[in-house]
Amino acid sequence: MLWNMILLAFKELKRNVMRTVLTILGIVIGVAAVIVMVTVGEGATAQVRQQIASMGSNLLMVTPGKRMGPGQSTAQTPFKQADAQAIYREITSVAATAPVSVKSIKAIFGNQNWSTQVTGADNQYWLTSNRTIAAGRAFTDHELKSGAAVAVIGETVKEKLFDGQDPIGQKIRLEDVSCEVIGVLEDKGQNTMGQDQDDLAVIPLATFQRRISGSQDVGMIMISVQDGASTEKAKADIERLLRERRHISASDEDNFNVMDMKEISKMLTGTTQLLTALLSAVAAVSLLVGGIGIMNIMLVSVTERTREIGIRLAIGALEGEVLAQFLVEAVALSSLGGILGIVLALIGSLAISKIMNVPFILNLSIVAIAFLFSAGVGVVFGYFPARKAARLDPIEALRHE
Amino acid sequence: MTEKTVLIEISRLTKVYGTGQAAMEALKGIDLRIDEREFVAVMGPSGSGKSTFMNILGGLDTETSGAYRFRGVVVGQLTRNQRARLRRYYLGFVFQGFNLLNRTSALENVELPLIYRGLPTRVRREKAMRALETVGLAQWKSHTPGELSGGQQQRVAIARAIVTEPAVLFADEPTGNLDRSRSREIMDLLVELNGRRGLTVVMVTHDPDTAGYAGRVVRFVDGLIESDEPNGRVS
Ligand SMILES: Nc1ncnc2c1ncn2[C@@H]1O[C@H](COP(=O)(O)OP(=O)(O)O)[C@@H](O)[C@H]1O
Ligand SMILES: [Mg+2]
Repeated sequence: MLWNMILLAFKELKRNVMRTVLTILGIVIGVAAVIVMVTVGEGATAQVRQQIASMGSNLLMVTPGKRMGPGQSTAQTPFKQADAQAIYREITSVAATAPVSVKSIKAIFGNQNWSTQVTGADNQYWLTSNRTIAAGRAFTDHELKSGAAVAVIGETVKEKLFDGQDPIGQKIRLEDVSCEVIGVLEDKGQNTMGQDQDDLAVIPLATFQRRISGSQDVGMIMISVQDGASTEKAKADIERLLRERRHISASDEDNFNVMDMKEISKMLTGTTQLLTALLSAVAAVSLLVGGIGIMNIMLVSVTERTREIGIRLAIGALEGEVLAQFLVEAVALSSLGGILGIVLALIGSLAISKIMNVPFILNLSIVAIAFLFSAGVGVVFGYFPARKAARLDPIEALRHE
Repeated sequence: MTEKTVLIEISRLTKVYGTGQAAMEALKGIDLRIDEREFVAVMGPSGSGKSTFMNILGGLDTETSGAYRFRGVVVGQLTRNQRARLRRYYLGFVFQGFNLLNRTSALENVELPLIYRGLPTRVRREKAMRALETVGLAQWKSHTPGELSGGQQQRVAIARAIVTEPAVLFADEPTGNLDRSRSREIMDLLVELNGRRGLTVVMVTHDPDTAGYAGRVVRFVDGLIESDEPNGRVS
């Protein structure tokens, strides 16, 4: 009986292919959105986890300004190099501190130019950012102190400016500073937000302050906590020290922000969450619209087939059997949308994962849930038209033209 | 003659459509008894209540007052689904307008009532085929109603009505849409089913020739039975 109904339902749907396709479009989009969202979201999360592992779980980042939300802060009293030195000196669990300032600057070599992140830092930066120098060397103490015009460049800068030549010993221009390239960093690839982590040129902090920013301020302090030491405790110690150094009274809030990996990863996944929320809304609306579309088309179908319903009732179909027939048809319609949505989502997530450079992680349970949900939409929105069909008066229905 | 068994018993049956000012009394108190194996023709002018009467007999509609007993069961007291089961297992229906499923083959049309009996496909096919053979349409089984003549369509409808081996066949103007020779074919078929299989037939017609095939003629006028007498031809 059920099998007969399923066959019958697909026969009906096949009769009007165009109508069927248009009807299930909403469901297709809704289901596809849900699956793409979850698949890409999980891929991105997995990548953040990988990145955090690559950064080392013992990183702390200190930025000036009050904490507003993930990744946001108000501009306030900046840090100085002395703050970094004080943290390194006074907190025993800290392994390295790197004061860091960044500015986007056009780097020029010969007739090539490339806009990159010029980073003022010292040799502790390599440790705190978990990077190694692939070719050449780090800064000397003398270069750091005197503010020498030397640079360690990322792989991307090397590719864009040097086109296969060996950059070591060459001079690149950063604004009006002519810097000698002394080293090249090992490449790291993109991060979750698609940012190229190899698009940078590191110069001594003193050079950055004197020749580029023109002030003694540093943008942030990166801190590496010793292996085995508690980052929680280090974080609390740093907060206490900085409050003291910045003369914050007990009643005032911090005017700086110490982020640990948990918060950094939250910041990194912030965009993913926004995307998730957006796609959830799209999915919900599409499923609703899709459901209404199914209800509409089922009502049309019931009207068109009033005589057929009359015949079935007259020869002894029970109310429940007519109801089931139309419910099965609605569910067949919405499940078909679900299946097409799943196919579309697989193609879409594969493509988006490639583009965003995140791993493709297919969550089979979400595919199953999406499918069941689409079938559920058929049940919910098909019920009213089906009930209408089942309750028809056979005599009236037979008279219908 | 075999002894007579009551199949249908109707007493003081009325049917009122609408209420108040718009009330329309289509049946005004019908008393009638129909035995198994009878062939009854119901005649009467248009609007005299024949179709209303047949719909109540067929369990498609319910009376306003009075009682309709089918094999002793008071049909008016059954629920909608119980009446559906009564139709499914005991009643066959043939309409003036054939009422076949248009996009479905003759065989599938005949199979339809068997689907609701939950019979397996193979059994359904066999029974439907046999019914089509009975009405002489075996070779037309794959044709849709649109590809068949009116007479053939009505024969498919009869096959659909008898495939379940019902106790009675109700036919509301089965030849109303057919020409004379097609009508004769249908009537010969009904007479044969009545005679050879002992199928009770209750048939509405306004054509005296058609009524001539029945064993008994009941005449309706204005919602009442005017006459009820045996026909010349005795079954
Ligand atoms: N559904 C209905 N609503 C109101 N009046 C009806 C309805 N069906 C039939 N009638 C009226 O009942 C009377 C009997 O109709 P019907 O049984 O169809 O007569 P017949 O079949 O003998 O021509 C007619 O006057 C008709 O107008
Ligand atoms: Mg009539």
